[in-house]
Amino acid sequence: MDAATSRFRPPLRRTLLQALPTIVGILVLNFVLLQAVPGDAVDVIAGESGGATLESMAAMRDQLGLSGSLPQRLFTHLGDLSRFDLGMSPRFGVPVSELILGRLPATLFLVTSGLLLAIATGVLLGTAMAAWAGRLPDRLLSLVNLLLYSTPGFWIGLMLILVFSVRLDWLPANGNATIGVDLSGLAWLGDRLRHAVLPIVTLATFFVAVYARLTRAAMLEIVQQDFVRTARAKGLSQGRIVFRHVLRNALMPVTTVAGLHFAALFGGAAVTETVFGWPGLGRLTLEAVMGRDFTLLLGILLLSSLLVVLVNVLVDLLQLYLDPRIQTR
Amino acid sequence: MDITVHPPRHAAASPPARGRSPGARALASLLRDPLALAGIAILAAAVAVAALAGLIFPGDPLDMAGIPLQWPGEDPAHPLGTDSLGRDVLGGLVHGARASLAVGLVAASISLAIGLVIGALGGYFGGVVDDLLMRLTELFQTIPTFLLIVVLVAINTPTLGMIQLAIGLASWPEIARLVRAEFRVLRDSEFVLAARAAGFGPAHIILREVLPNALPPLVVTTSILIASAILTESGLAFLGMSDPNVVSWGGMIGANREHIGSAWFLTALPGCAIAIVVLAFNLLGDSLNDALNPRLQRRSA
Repeated sequence: MDAATSRFRPPLRRTLLQALPTIVGILVLNFVLLQAVPGDAVDVIAGESGGATLESMAAMRDQLGLSGSLPQRLFTHLGDLSRFDLGMSPRFGVPVSELILGRLPATLFLVTSGLLLAIATGVLLGTAMAAWAGRLPDRLLSLVNLLLYSTPGFWIGLMLILVFSVRLDWLPANGNATIGVDLSGLAWLGDRLRHAVLPIVTLATFFVAVYARLTRAAMLEIVQQDFVRTARAKGLSQGRIVFRHVLRNALMPVTTVAGLHFAALFGGAAVTETVFGWPGLGRLTLEAVMGRDFTLLLGILLLSSLLVVLVNVLVDLLQLYLDPRIQTR
Repeated sequence: MDITVHPPRHAAASPPARGRSPGARALASLLRDPLALAGIAILAAAVAVAALAGLIFPGDPLDMAGIPLQWPGEDPAHPLGTDSLGRDVLGGLVHGARASLAVGLVAASISLAIGLVIGALGGYFGGVVDDLLMRLTELFQTIPTFLLIVVLVAINTPTLGMIQLAIGLASWPEIARLVRAEFRVLRDSEFVLAARAAGFGPAHIILREVLPNALPPLVVTTSILIASAILTESGLAFLGMSDPNVVSWGGMIGANREHIGSAWFLTALPGCAIAIVVLAFNLLGDSLNDALNPRLQRRSA
């Protein structure tokens, strides 16, 4: 046990150190974008209140730390962030951090389930394609895959709504729970799950295609390696070779890419949530855009980016578990 | 966002087949591939439609043309029907090809330019330059691309040019990584050493010696980059973040989605148009990958 945990300690420190410049970069870029926004929070507040004198606006700027030189403002900005103060949303009149944390669970649930479904389906499809490589099933699946890869996710979502909600009336198409009913226990869970099916499938489609391609390519590459020939020479069954030897190694690139995709999934979630009226971060993003609420918009960008950094650190640790050789790299 | 797997190519190690240049061989194998031909045919048709949109459907496709919400075939004047504002669907589809192709090509060119410069400098010079540029690349890979594009477009005005710029600015890291990897391998090769010994400067070596040899994987990735830019644009337009004066397929879907129960063709048709054009770029990318990869060719032979 002790030996097992100590294996993770030095790489953990290294990954965290590597993440540091990225975090600094994210903070700086966020600040730069904030400066590029036309008008500042005071303009918005003055606009909302229906008018303000130049003097009162200048006083308000002093108070909010918006006056002063660029480095001074950056310093104030970073000080605020260290206290997890992302500012007030002019649109909702609530602290931005509160708004984001309120919506985050719904998005995290959607993104995590979507990713898991995509990996499971994609790896299965990719394994099947690799097993039949070059033959008809592989060619057909590849074409289906390419089609999935080329179709906008939101459109697939709308078509799913057309079939399963409008025509068949099997699944709800809006929100993440039935409004106006008080459910508990299994009924509550069932209601939640029924609402989640279509959004999760929609979000997963594009990534199923990505993982299937990746798994197929990785498996075909690994099958040619010596250790697979050794396993075959030892007389291991085909199934054992495929799942225990080839697939495990093929999962390496899949996990790397899954970490990278977390960022892409957040973007995909914005569109999917709009299609299904899912009350998450993505829809909050759009509400911020429509309300021209840039404090909120940049707060979302900042927090999602930091979340991606965190996920990448976790993926590094997962890879260490999958492949102990990485330690010596 | 797109992941293609490029096994390392050993162009120098593979003997030239029957004295033809690698480029000619790749083209020949591309023209034998039915999927590549399908991709090329679709793209040729899309480009023709986009170029001739003004001739086929003169007038503003955003103007009301007939009775709203007519189904395809109901009125011969509007073969694919009309939307909730009475706009001709076929006219919208034809003009929409322009926006999609324009965004795809320009955004991909911007990404390609940024990625080339960053990847080439980092890969060729290495050291501190490379470290700094890789940090920058990592930064842009960490930030959710679509959210960054949304922020860039929201801060500025949603014109076609701004959308192209935003997608281009957010999508270069993959190109940069690819170019860097190629340059790191190629900078120590014999022909580069020979060029250096002959007294050529870094600019000449990067542009004239290394870059041409790094092109094949770039061609493949660019094709997929265009596909992904078109998808991104359609997503933006669906959310209502598009140039209000330009017809776009994603925008057509977004504007008519509430009619999905009664007039689903308004959503289905533009979606098919997007999928077909994006599929064509992806087919081309895949076929190029096979054609430009001598190792894969030998495997299938």
